[in-house]
Amino acid sequence: MTVANAPELLSGDAEASGPRRRLSGARRRRGVTKYLGLVPFALYVLLFLAVPTLIALGTGFFDGDGALTLDNVSALADPVILATFASSFWVSALTAVVGSVLGALVCYAMLGTKPDGPLRSFVSSASSVLAQFGGVMLAFAFIATIGIQGLVTILLKDTLGFDIFANGVWLYQVPGLLLPYIYFQVPLMVITFMPALEGLKPQWAEAAATLGGTRWTYWTRIAGPVLAPSFLGSLLLLFANAFSSYATAAALISQGAQIVPLQIRAALISETVLGRSNLAGALALGMIIVMVVVMTAYSFLQARTERWQQ
Amino acid sequence: MTSNAVRIGAEPGKLARRTILTVVGVVFAIPIISMMEFTFRDGLGGGYTLEHWVALFDPEQNSKYRQLFQAVQNSFVLAVVTVTIILFVLLPTMILVQLQFPKLRRVLEFICIIPITVPAIVLVVGLAPVYGIVVRVFGGSVWTLAFAYGITVLPYAYRAIQASITSVDMTTLSEAARSLGAGWLNVLWRVLLPNLRRGILAASLISVAVVLGEYTIASLLNRQNLQTALVQVSKSDPYAAVIFALLALAFVFLLLLLIGRVGSTRPGRKTT
Repeated sequence: MTVANAPELLSGDAEASGPRRRLSGARRRRGVTKYLGLVPFALYVLLFLAVPTLIALGTGFFDGDGALTLDNVSALADPVILATFASSFWVSALTAVVGSVLGALVCYAMLGTKPDGPLRSFVSSASSVLAQFGGVMLAFAFIATIGIQGLVTILLKDTLGFDIFANGVWLYQVPGLLLPYIYFQVPLMVITFMPALEGLKPQWAEAAATLGGTRWTYWTRIAGPVLAPSFLGSLLLLFANAFSSYATAAALISQGAQIVPLQIRAALISETVLGRSNLAGALALGMIIVMVVVMTAYSFLQARTERWQQ
Repeated sequence: MTSNAVRIGAEPGKLARRTILTVVGVVFAIPIISMMEFTFRDGLGGGYTLEHWVALFDPEQNSKYRQLFQAVQNSFVLAVVTVTIILFVLLPTMILVQLQFPKLRRVLEFICIIPITVPAIVLVVGLAPVYGIVVRVFGGSVWTLAFAYGITVLPYAYRAIQASITSVDMTTLSEAARSLGAGWLNVLWRVLLPNLRRGILAASLISVAVVLGEYTIASLLNRQNLQTALVQVSKSDPYAAVIFALLALAFVFLLLLLIGRVGSTRPGRKTT
């Protein structure tokens, strides 16, 4: 009894009457054990998400001997590193724009089909496979398609006499990433943008039509503004997706470090890039900053989108 | 229905729909068809052969593909351990937070979405030292990689389970069961889990799909899984690598088709 009440006495809860004190003591004890249920998950996330993230971001500030240094972080301003960030940016931006426009068109084409129908389930499963699973296999697919011996390469050369590699083989360079990236960006757009298009209520169209609006006014004055935040949000998500994707690029480009994820690979494998030992950490820091900015804007736009999806 | 009826709303016309879907469908089929065509090629000289497919199932050449088969096995072990982590660590926490700590719901959601913002290529920089310790504690077996994969699948698994949780009034259900005298284990096993089974199944399947496709972490931590083996084998025997890639794509496609069916049909809830 005394032991059980000890925390209460210590906390100076002197005015509480006996039974009540006991009750709140029991409640508080239960409160503590109640939280025990959260410990496994908290511990797991701490060890395998929080600690690795902090290490990844922190190592950039130390040199090989463990002394604090700004050397690695200042390397982010190095022309070589800046150039890789620039390549990453334009590849991500271009594939995000093309992917979101094409993906939105596909979503538009699927409007009005049965949500449980075979077409929808085929498209959504195929989209998930290509958007989330592709990686290495997309590199294979494009080597088989537009590689030096690829099906399309040979077909174009034999039928039209057109050599896509007339100016050198670009598939294993940064421009070679564009087609494979678009190939997984479009499906991702289909997955993320479809719910927004489905959120367009038929009543809005009916109301507009009753008031004498044309389809043009419907699209420019109603559907357009409603969909705009969702479209921009999806565009940002696509950008983040391309910016952080590694597998396709790594399988396609085995040498060199033309984009940031490949630069991280080079830094991890060789230990000394640009004569710095913990450059991977600094690159990770640079990447995270971009990702946090993009994803914050995304979640802001997403919150605006959800207003219309109630 | 008259063809010149005034169309209102967002839906496209039949012609527009067919044109868009056909063009995009054909363009997106080309790389897959090219992969298939590649697996039947007879060397660089032209001509077609079934040799590459037959060789995979030829016991005499088994040793040649041992690395790939081993890698497939590794990936399945990783998938099983990852699903175990989701079911025994994430799921109980989500149920507990839903019932006991409503204030923590936002926090949990935030944590589970973080892996989207922290990409695998960043995470792996910090995972390398963490795995130095993991290897000392659990040994260097391949299954330990599942600790990292549990984090990678967190956003997908969370969304799948959360969709089920929000569609069921768990508080009322558990209070009803409790007031009828059921203990916590009973409530969990006979009331909550059956109601969440669709989300649980979807979360498990999507986790399997993500784990089978994972390359970044395995390759940079020097572990062998399906994807890293594909890259290695593709350098010596591209035909085998492409065949395995096609099979993996088909397998995951079926898996995701299954998730779609799990999501749209509601077994045991048919209203008659």
